[in-house]
Amino acid sequence: MAENPEPPPQKALSKSQLRNRRKARRTFLRSLGVGIGVTGAAILGFFPVIKKWAERLRPPGAIEEKDFLAACIKCGQCVQVCPVKAIELGDLDEGFGVGVPYIVARDQACDFSCDAVQCVLACPTGALTHEISTKEEVRMGLARLARPNACLARRGEGIKGKIREAGFTGKLRYMDVDRWKPIPVQDYPYDLDLCDLCARECPIEGAITVERLHIDLSDLRGSPAIFDKCVGCGVCEMVCPVDPPAIVVDIRKTWEQL
Amino acid sequence: MGMLKSVKTMLGGDPVRKPNKKQYTPAARNIHAIHHDLRGKPDRVAAIRAERDMTRSNKWRNWRWASIIIINLLFVVSYQLDIQLVEGALTASRVIGFHFADLNSALQVMLAFKVILINLVIGTVTVFILWWLLGGRTFCSWVCPYHLLSEWTEKIHLKLAENNMVRDFAMSRYTRTVLYGVFALLALISGYTVFEAISPVGILSRALIYGPGLALIWVGALLLYEVFFTRRAWCRYICPIGITYGFVGAISPVHIKYTLDDCLHEGDCRNICLVPHVLEVTKKAYAQDVTETIGPDCTRCGMCVDICPTKSLTFDIKGLNKLL
Repeated sequence: MAENPEPPPQKALSKSQLRNRRKARRTFLRSLGVGIGVTGAAILGFFPVIKKWAERLRPPGAIEEKDFLAACIKCGQCVQVCPVKAIELGDLDEGFGVGVPYIVARDQACDFSCDAVQCVLACPTGALTHEISTKEEVRMGLARLARPNACLARRGEGIKGKIREAGFTGKLRYMDVDRWKPIPVQDYPYDLDLCDLCARECPIEGAITVERLHIDLSDLRGSPAIFDKCVGCGVCEMVCPVDPPAIVVDIRKTWEQL
Repeated sequence: MGMLKSVKTMLGGDPVRKPNKKQYTPAARNIHAIHHDLRGKPDRVAAIRAERDMTRSNKWRNWRWASIIIINLLFVVSYQLDIQLVEGALTASRVIGFHFADLNSALQVMLAFKVILINLVIGTVTVFILWWLLGGRTFCSWVCPYHLLSEWTEKIHLKLAENNMVRDFAMSRYTRTVLYGVFALLALISGYTVFEAISPVGILSRALIYGPGLALIWVGALLLYEVFFTRRAWCRYICPIGITYGFVGAISPVHIKYTLDDCLHEGDCRNICLVPHVLEVTKKAYAQDVTETIGPDCTRCGMCVDICPTKSLTFDIKGLNKLL
């Protein structure tokens, strides 16, 4: 290279070029800002999940909680097939739980009146695992006598007429009323000398019994006993006549953990 | 335009440029020459003026609005009346018993859960075939409930812009591509379907079917942002669902066809379009051939078909003529 030309002089940018450059910069920054904003808004969904703001009772067959949130496609098909409309979907305050199904047992427990875990069959992603096919295989949690002193059975009290407070709309299937159609719990004419609703209405055989506390036949008092057959469906919590309920479901608790 | 190039444009790349002289087909060069001659000529001005007086059709828009409303109502009615016609929501459903899964929701679940159930695969493949047949982003403009709301708020934005009360703060079209990657990675790494928490499509669909909730506040915020700041911000620059269906649209036979012949290059189509970069080819002297295919980012909404006074933009199904 004989000739070694000087580098061409840096051209001063024209006004319009400068304007375009500023405009491009602003567009870039705006895009970055909105991008970060949207990503940030989505990531906010972590907090309710990590902090466990709302621990929810999941429908029958729900797999382990973290996988459940990932596998659920948030379509609500489980909601639609439930004959007692026990399943609700999470809202914005549940973060990644938005659109994910849960059950509020006290308001409307899963009473398995569909017989064949319909929600599990409806789930398109296996978030409700297809490995179970009977209600006995379900593990949602475990019932526990949380307030023994409030329990009517332990106090030797019976129950007559409406078992829940006014305005309660929960339903239950009564085999002696209609095998196929659940009716409002409030409509069932209860008349019990000793309350044994938790055991009486439990859809799983051998999960709860009310055991006599005394051999003395004149003393009616008994106490609910929960066995390892319990699936945590929450019917006992729903039908418990005292408020707040004496018996509750511990979400995702297993017999092995006891 | 080649498919790869058009996909690149969808992902944020520059739209087609004015071709150099060698790139035109002889027929196209001819027409361009005629169009050039017409410039400033009285008959051309008269032609344009005559068009301006025409009543514009809203045919496709009306069909489309009907489609969005009917499809979303089907979900609602089917559940309310318990007729089991369409069960579920837009994220996943059973249509007369057949599994359907939204492609983007299914992708999020697969990335986060890392276990793929056969039902989900069936649903995904069914929906893929469906939207391949119908044009990909057709989902956006013919089904998505957010699209409809956004279309209405866009009218407010344009009205305000007309009166200089707001400005359209445009964004980079790469934003959506970056966010697509970000949300895919977030799902993969965190093991949560992060995007679903803010997806206005899922939120709206569920709100319609199962009742409204707090999540609608987020949708409202998005719409307000679109009114006051960026025109159609979500659909244009953010929504990853659009890219997912855009990929399907890239290979779909259903598309908008541009015919150079009668085009007066007025640009009405580009003004009304959700994704105007796909219509860059309608600019004067941009078309290489006498007909051009509009790219995959096109939502096949038909607004350009409605507004074009010379019928230079039409719906077209590739290969159908050969078949018939």
